[in-house]
Amino acid sequence: MSGPELGLALSVLLACAVEAVEALTIVLAVGTTRSWSSAMAGTGTALIVLGGVVASLGPALTALPIDALRVSIGGLLLIFGLQWLRKAILRAAGLKAKHDERETYALESAAARAAGAWHAGFDGYSFAISFKGVLLEGLEVAFIVLTFGANQHRIALAAAAAGLAVVLVVLVGVAVRAPLAKVPENTMKFIVGVMLSSFGMFWGAEGAGASWPGGEAALLVIVPGVLLLALAMAKRLERWRLTVQAREASPTILTSEQASGA
Amino acid sequence: MRLLVAALRGAWEFVVGDDWRTAVGVIVTLALTAALARTSIAAWWVVPVGVIALLVLSIRRAMRLR
Repeated sequence: MSGPELGLALSVLLACAVEAVEALTIVLAVGTTRSWSSAMAGTGTALIVLGGVVASLGPALTALPIDALRVSIGGLLLIFGLQWLRKAILRAAGLKAKHDERETYALESAAARAAGAWHAGFDGYSFAISFKGVLLEGLEVAFIVLTFGANQHRIALAAAAAGLAVVLVVLVGVAVRAPLAKVPENTMKFIVGVMLSSFGMFWGAEGAGASWPGGEAALLVIVPGVLLLALAMAKRLERWRLTVQAREASPTILTSEQASGA
Repeated sequence: MRLLVAALRGAWEFVVGDDWRTAVGVIVTLALTAALARTSIAAWWVVPVGVIALLVLSIRRAMRLR
């Protein structure tokens, strides 16, 4: 497996695992609170829709000329990846609330209980919430599978990595029967943001006609470079936040002129 | 028609999100790279420089909105 292929598999696996954890929390909440069969039906329907999206758009994308594909997909990955990275940096610096699966689970469960009584048979609420949750989280994965996969003509590898992540998350979820609060979700989102931005840079520049020094080996510099930049930014923002908090918490110290009323 | 508008709005929200300036910046950066690649000057450095600038500006905007 080449470096870019490994990067593809790792990026898709991590991104898919993060989204699968979020989707699992929603399905677990409505399944436990109301109806497992309807929640599973909603999940299955969403997965079929997502499979259809990947199967229909995948071949169409790979038919595009490689440079047009790379510049457009590189651009999309950069736009999408920089969003992930900005949020991840702000979360790591403590300036944005971290995703908490236990809290999401409690909120979803409370909403499911408040949605009215359900007695037996098909439960529309469980179906709709599971379908929406899995579809929305899954669309991000489908986007990453399609962009990474089409660019390297390895949609099957990207889809396999996504499938493996879903299987792993579901197996662990079934085993613990609780929201996966211990998964380092915020760290994984940080890494995915770095990978999306790095591959977006590489493919975007190549598609625009630039040649990276060292060819594909440039990724070995780009990925750690983006990671170090993001870590440095998070550290600096965290220091700034702590300084501001310390200043706000400490009592005002008056200078001698202020104390004498000058 | 309404469905198409809703789908386009959904796609915009999904890809561009809450910071359209970064999206515009990425397009401008890639256009600059393409223009420079047609000359004899190396063009690969434009994207990393553009990405660093866009990330810093995006975080600054997010901090101002807090």
